[in-house]
Amino acid sequence: MQYDVVIVGGGPAGLSAAIRLKQLAAQAGKDLSVCLVEKGSEVGAHILSGAVFEPRALNELIPDWKEKGAPLKTPVARDDVYFFLNSRRALRMPGVLVPKTMHNGGNYIISLGHLCRWLGSQAEALGVEIYPGFAAQEAIIEDGIVRGVVMGDKGVDRNGKPRDGYTPGLELRGKYTLLAEGSRGHIGKRLMEHYRLAEDVDPQHYAIGLKELWEIPAANFHPGLVMHGAGWPLDNANPGGSFLYHLEDHKVAVGLIVDLSYRNPYLSPFDEFQRFKHHPVIAQYLKGGRRLAYGARAITKGGLNSLPQMTFPGGMLIGCAAGTLNFAKIKGSHTAMKSGMLAAEAVASSLFAGGAGGDEPGSYLAAFRLSWLYDELYRSRNFGAALHRFGVLIGGAINFIEQNWFGGKFPWTFHDLQPDHLTLKPAAEMPKLEYPKPDGTLSFDKMSSVFLSSTHHEEDQPVHLKLADPAIPMARNLPLYDEPAQRYCPAGVYEVVREGGIPRFQINAQNCVHCKTCDIKDPAQNITWVAPEGGGGPHYANM
Amino acid sequence: MKILVSVKRVVDFNVRIQVKPDGSGVVTEGVKHSMNPFDEIAMEEAVRLKEKGTVTEIVAVTLGDAKCEETLRTALAFGADRAIHIREEGEVQALTVARALAAVFKKENAQLFLLGKQAIDDDANQTGQMVAALLDRPQATFASKVELDGSRARVTREVDAGLETFEVDLPAVITTDLRLNEPRYLKLPDIMKAKKKPLESVTLADLGVQPAPLIRTVKTSPPPVRSKGMMVKTVDELVVALKEKGLV
Repeated sequence: MQYDVVIVGGGPAGLSAAIRLKQLAAQAGKDLSVCLVEKGSEVGAHILSGAVFEPRALNELIPDWKEKGAPLKTPVARDDVYFFLNSRRALRMPGVLVPKTMHNGGNYIISLGHLCRWLGSQAEALGVEIYPGFAAQEAIIEDGIVRGVVMGDKGVDRNGKPRDGYTPGLELRGKYTLLAEGSRGHIGKRLMEHYRLAEDVDPQHYAIGLKELWEIPAANFHPGLVMHGAGWPLDNANPGGSFLYHLEDHKVAVGLIVDLSYRNPYLSPFDEFQRFKHHPVIAQYLKGGRRLAYGARAITKGGLNSLPQMTFPGGMLIGCAAGTLNFAKIKGSHTAMKSGMLAAEAVASSLFAGGAGGDEPGSYLAAFRLSWLYDELYRSRNFGAALHRFGVLIGGAINFIEQNWFGGKFPWTFHDLQPDHLTLKPAAEMPKLEYPKPDGTLSFDKMSSVFLSSTHHEEDQPVHLKLADPAIPMARNLPLYDEPAQRYCPAGVYEVVREGGIPRFQINAQNCVHCKTCDIKDPAQNITWVAPEGGGGPHYANM
Repeated sequence: MKILVSVKRVVDFNVRIQVKPDGSGVVTEGVKHSMNPFDEIAMEEAVRLKEKGTVTEIVAVTLGDAKCEETLRTALAFGADRAIHIREEGEVQALTVARALAAVFKKENAQLFLLGKQAIDDDANQTGQMVAALLDRPQATFASKVELDGSRARVTREVDAGLETFEVDLPAVITTDLRLNEPRYLKLPDIMKAKKKPLESVTLADLGVQPAPLIRTVKTSPPPVRSKGMMVKTVDELVVALKEKGLV
């Protein structure tokens, strides 16, 4: 099938690009065929975010979003920032000490999944062809040019043989291909290597975000309250942050973000999150409530210093697939949308001028440099590196000074040059961490949590987590790091099973929530995440 | 021969159902929906009958709001030739649905009406039966095998005692059970083609049907939480525990 533009991924970046393309075509009185594929069973099924949403990009894309019923229901009413000292105590930071980028006046607390569903319906109404339940498997590269994507086969058994219902993957060809796969997209990763797009920038940095949705008693509920936290249960060697947002209908989103630059291989992001909820500041809201949903997703947070070249012959990387998240604001949705819109504008102008595609969307870079997106990312470029280098307190103070006194424009730039998979210390040098048993009311075990993500995969299909060398997990990762995959995976995909005293590495691929943490953190970079059969993975309803 | 297949948009079977806090129903907003799996089986059967050459046209029909168009597009991707969308916002009860479907069946002058034995959302198991009664035509429910033979259909049903085979005169209503077939994977090219197949929109008024709400839902509540079990080591301990609870 031939289209003008093929978009991979139905998140904020891909959907905004699709909508912008159709809007521009209508304005110019031309016809543009736009096809968007999404590996989730529907648009929104794989979307997970906090989320406090800054409406800037949406205001530009669909100015009358309110009339059109966009699901932005809860304006931020109050912004609290806490420093958690230990499992019992926390300090609330006075507002004047909070960096400007953490002020959320004018923003909304939303479910990004809901917003994407709505954007999807807007895109379809404009004539975008959206095909959820189909996973793009790889890029079609001909004579050095990306010509589209090949969709994954359906109906292949565990050994790679066709079974009942076998359907070979279709080729979707486009004059331009926009990759909006989100953090650590598997096609984008390969194209970055192929075209050496990240050669001149700092290594990319990531975090894993774990989130739960709760329904809490009316007495504990304060719609519009936003809480962010730093400190316990994490520390300077294993940094991160936390959040708790009060949405509508007595719902709160609670989450922990763990930087994947953590050092202790015994650390378990999932268990840190579970014990975090017992802190009195958090428990006061959750007590008496009911957990509704659970999920996890990697976050691309390197910012401008790590941002690869976004264009390649025949297309672009947009949104978190490239790394447009603003870490100082801990927000990536509005920047992802804007990157998609800018990409659409570059691609459309080339096509309207009679271009045949296949080239690098050349006008993108200049437009990006002049956009508020670049300005935002520039002002925030030091945030993550300063925290990583100087710790939460001093790094935080530096960030405060830069954001509030210098408007984000220090005359120098901090760099963070160590990739996340190289930060682990040998297990022998690190304290073993003991996590409290879940109590079944505030904290839960991994399996009952994964159950709440409604994750489902066709059982009889090839394992989609590929080991370059199957021996590495037990021969190297186990003795050196006590195989951290058992702990960093938030869905219990990786297990070390001992049979007769002999350890064996087991991959429970059907549990995978598509967070991509293993692809990022494996110290040997031995695990490659590829897309399983389309339609599988989590079924997030409102994450 | 023309077949009419009705399909219903329901909350997807993978979704964990949540009851609204006020007990007025279950949460459907932002939740994945798909075609009722029993209706998928009916669609699949219709397509297989067409592939055998006994059926010439498949018409899919649904009743509901704008979002139900997705479900009709799925039916068209399965292989329906065209679709009819009875547009209706808000709750419509089973008898009204049955009246509307019967009206469509008459209007289409179809020979066979295939539909799932029940929908997985309300498990009512009554639409097919009511349509047959309204049309005053034979019905065969819970089909696990369907054979068409000129003016008759031979239908096998799985019952407690074994297999039961009915022969019904056409036109007739047949409702499909789980083991009738395994619906196919939808192929991307078929989904693409389905976007261009004809889809007609009608209202209840067009069909001469008046909505008649006869049932009022009093309350929806989640099933009780299972209480925690206890582990015992021996049969003796089990007996003691059961005695303590006054169960033996």
